[in-house]
Amino acid sequence: MKKIVIFGAGAVGSSVAETLSYEENDITLVDRDEAALSQKLEYLDIKTIRGTACDPKTLDEADIVDADLVLAVTDNDDTNILVCQLAHMLGSRPTVIARLRNPEFHRRKDELFGCETDSKKIPIDSIFSPEQLVTRQIMRLISQPGALQIVEFAGGKIQLVAIRADEGGKLVGHRIEELRDHLPMIDSRVAAIYREDRPIIPKRDTVIQPRDEVFFVAAPEHITNIMTELRSVEASYGKRVMLVGAGNIGTRLAREMEQAQWKVKLIEYSRERATEVSHQLVEGITVVHGNATDRDLMIRENIESADVFCSVTNLDEVNILSAMMAKKLGAKRTMALINNSAYAELLENTDIDSVISPSLLTISALLQDIRKGDMVAVHSLRRGAAEAIETVVHGSESDSKVVGRTVGQLKLPEGTMVGAILRKDEVLIAHSNIVIEDEDHVILFIVDKGDKQRQIEQVQKLFEPGPLW
Amino acid sequence: MHYEAVLKVVGILFAMFSISLIPPLAISYYYGDGSFAAFLVSFTVILAAGVIIWFPVRNKPTQLGPREGFLTVAAYWISLAVAGTLPFLLSEDLHIGFTDAFFESMSGLTTTGATVLTGLDDLPKSVLYYRQQLQWLGGMGIIVLAVAVIPMLGIGGMQLYRAEMPGAMRNTKLTPRIKETAKALWYIYLGLTVICALAYWLAGMTPFDAITHSFSTIAIGGFSTHDASFAFFENDAILYVAIVFMILSGINFALHFRVLSRSAVFRVLSGIRARFRDRKSRRDPFHASTFAGQSSFRQYLRDAELRTYLWVLLITALTVAVVLVLTFDRYESTSVTIKHGLFQAVSIATTSGFTTTDFSSWPLFLPALLLAASIIGGCTGSTAGGVKVFRIILLFKQGRREILQLIHPDAVFPIRMNQAPVHDRVINAVWGFFVLYVVSFVILALVLMATGLDMVTAYSTVTACLNNLGPALGEAAQNYAELSSPSKWVLAFTMLLGRLELLTLLILLTPRYWQD
Repeated sequence: MKKIVIFGAGAVGSSVAETLSYEENDITLVDRDEAALSQKLEYLDIKTIRGTACDPKTLDEADIVDADLVLAVTDNDDTNILVCQLAHMLGSRPTVIARLRNPEFHRRKDELFGCETDSKKIPIDSIFSPEQLVTRQIMRLISQPGALQIVEFAGGKIQLVAIRADEGGKLVGHRIEELRDHLPMIDSRVAAIYREDRPIIPKRDTVIQPRDEVFFVAAPEHITNIMTELRSVEASYGKRVMLVGAGNIGTRLAREMEQAQWKVKLIEYSRERATEVSHQLVEGITVVHGNATDRDLMIRENIESADVFCSVTNLDEVNILSAMMAKKLGAKRTMALINNSAYAELLENTDIDSVISPSLLTISALLQDIRKGDMVAVHSLRRGAAEAIETVVHGSESDSKVVGRTVGQLKLPEGTMVGAILRKDEVLIAHSNIVIEDEDHVILFIVDKGDKQRQIEQVQKLFEPGPLW
Repeated sequence: MHYEAVLKVVGILFAMFSISLIPPLAISYYYGDGSFAAFLVSFTVILAAGVIIWFPVRNKPTQLGPREGFLTVAAYWISLAVAGTLPFLLSEDLHIGFTDAFFESMSGLTTTGATVLTGLDDLPKSVLYYRQQLQWLGGMGIIVLAVAVIPMLGIGGMQLYRAEMPGAMRNTKLTPRIKETAKALWYIYLGLTVICALAYWLAGMTPFDAITHSFSTIAIGGFSTHDASFAFFENDAILYVAIVFMILSGINFALHFRVLSRSAVFRVLSGIRARFRDRKSRRDPFHASTFAGQSSFRQYLRDAELRTYLWVLLITALTVAVVLVLTFDRYESTSVTIKHGLFQAVSIATTSGFTTTDFSSWPLFLPALLLAASIIGGCTGSTAGGVKVFRIILLFKQGRREILQLIHPDAVFPIRMNQAPVHDRVINAVWGFFVLYVVSFVILALVLMATGLDMVTAYSTVTACLNNLGPALGEAAQNYAELSSPSKWVLAFTMLLGRLELLTLLILLTPRYWQD
């Protein structure tokens, strides 16, 4: 249980408040807008305060003295910084996290921010930006042709990748255990397989079939090698991308892709914005003014030759429809940004290859800083049908239910498996004979067996340190 | 409407209420007063009833929306009043019918303090204790207690809390989580009760009387274990202790909490607790900011509602004392007259209803004045009844604004409370409440006259019951035993209406509520 004060009841603030309020935390949500707050109060067990975030009086009212954690997620960078400064001065040394949009802050992070005493830095423990997280996620995805989803653990040392198998893969049509013979030097583990949208718990003799969705865990440098086992190598994987929406995310993506030698076409609905953006961006990027759900426009702009189609407007509906249309019209790979998680679940069986959810990405990132019981990260996979968890083990053989036991001996709930272990800086792929030690980071994979929340709780219980710890 | 969820929660709450019969059971055993069997049977029956209600729906989810919240609270209060009659009916020394038992039980739970019993001094100790305890449980609200101790209620707890807590507190939480808020309220309540009991004991009460009277004092109830109420003790110190604690209990508990939680001791403790909870926490319990901006007792006086509340008490007490000294000469000395005047003024104006003397025999102006003061009642968020000082202030300021607006037709006059402007929605809600209060008052008084009461009795009993006060005038001046059965049922309903502040009960009488 922690006392958490969140400034800003926007998309990020309220979804974080919601997630954390289910974990017995004392949450106070502050916002200027009464309507945004009263709506939250109806169904969440939190306290809400209406007020200006930067007013010391508001901070007093939010009992900042008592806070363990302060989260500044208003839509304004200046406000967020000032709130953190105030919280640092008025509180009794809480952990302070801010959302900052300006990329300059992220580039010069170490120089500008820090909570050490007697330093001149701005007292913020960590900063994040959803735009940056989304951009990074999309860049990661397009750098691995064929990957449907990529999730990072242990600060990027372990990756979990989802991929759709096809006939071209060397392992397809063979048993999983043969992977070792194909790639003797590479350690990896198949965590789960979705066949016709039903999960299969992989055994050694499971045969991988074309169109299976395969989840595997490996170190990032091995990912490409393993992918060739599961898919035909696309000899001339082109680098044409069509982006929709020239907002914060869209322009940022366009820049980064251009730098990565992609041929970028950016479609923007508002003429004004399109003009503005075209002035800011380099020449290699073509900015097109128009509606991405306009079929004729898409055909005119050669959608059938696009290798990647990525829709990142702030309207979920536009993103979904334009991505579906792009696929119909011949785009090879489609991605859509979707904020509303209810929509994400609806898209299970559609033409959209990857769904990117800014709120889920943000929450996963934030929880790494916040989570109690050393649950470092929780990522939703397959739009919620499965969950990947990174948790830190504590305790000794006598008081922990996991330390000193091999992976095979763990009493895991149904549908759960250990994917990998990070010990110090070494990545161990979790074979059943590995003994778990204190301070290990364990990556678990949970397939929904009807009651996901309970399965997660059971896992959490199992890894909880003993009472004496 | 999720009836299963309502049933499930009511069942659990019922089983929880049965636990409250264990202390009287123990007292009965200790004193050997012959009511042991009565309490044992009541305990078993109520526990069994709870389990029977809960069992068929035990696997249903407990998701309570606002609508279910109102129904649960109303259903629980009514069924609790019914269940509360069992010890009265079963005890061999009482000989009262169901109507009287229900009236007594409801009067206890709603902290009204109107009684139909006489010869209290000869009743079994356990029954006396049980009456006082009913008031204590009802004072802070038995559902608020449940929210504090039952973990499964979750956000549904908020719905219940809102339906039971007095008006202006409805959307204020002392702490972010409703469970912690309910706990904080009960800790303050319990703390006040313990201090009050100690004070009574030091002032000269027996331990039994000290505990039982502290229950009804802090709950602003009004039940006593003696027919003569506080006159029985013939001890001035006890009267002054009672006056102090009645005033304290009439203060908003959120204000008590605010002053306590912002004190340095509390903050340091909370910081240390945080370090224990989370080893990685960097929080510094002795950080300089812990000691900055602390609260002091002066913060109490900064609260506009509290100041008005104290002024109302002071003016009422002074008026009563002065008028009494000038016009009433039946007491042996002026100081005795003033003492009775003070005690009665505080007791009636806070809606407690303890008596030291038969105030209904005073010149009619005084009892009428006291009953009028009881309509104002205590502060919002306290255990007192009445319309609440907070609402009265807003009504007054609203009226004043209308007059000012006539003088400056184009000016904008915000209504402020503690310097902060009050939202028009709140003012409308207060107006709405007041209209419902007046209409209920008039209708109930008319119904009572239809059941055969004279006008003074009808108006005074409605005042006494709707404000959870207790003593009334006319036929009910001594106690309510002589009233007819229909009158008693109407008054029992009136008490619940007053305790749940009209809306929770009235909403159930609205056809719209039952339609989807």
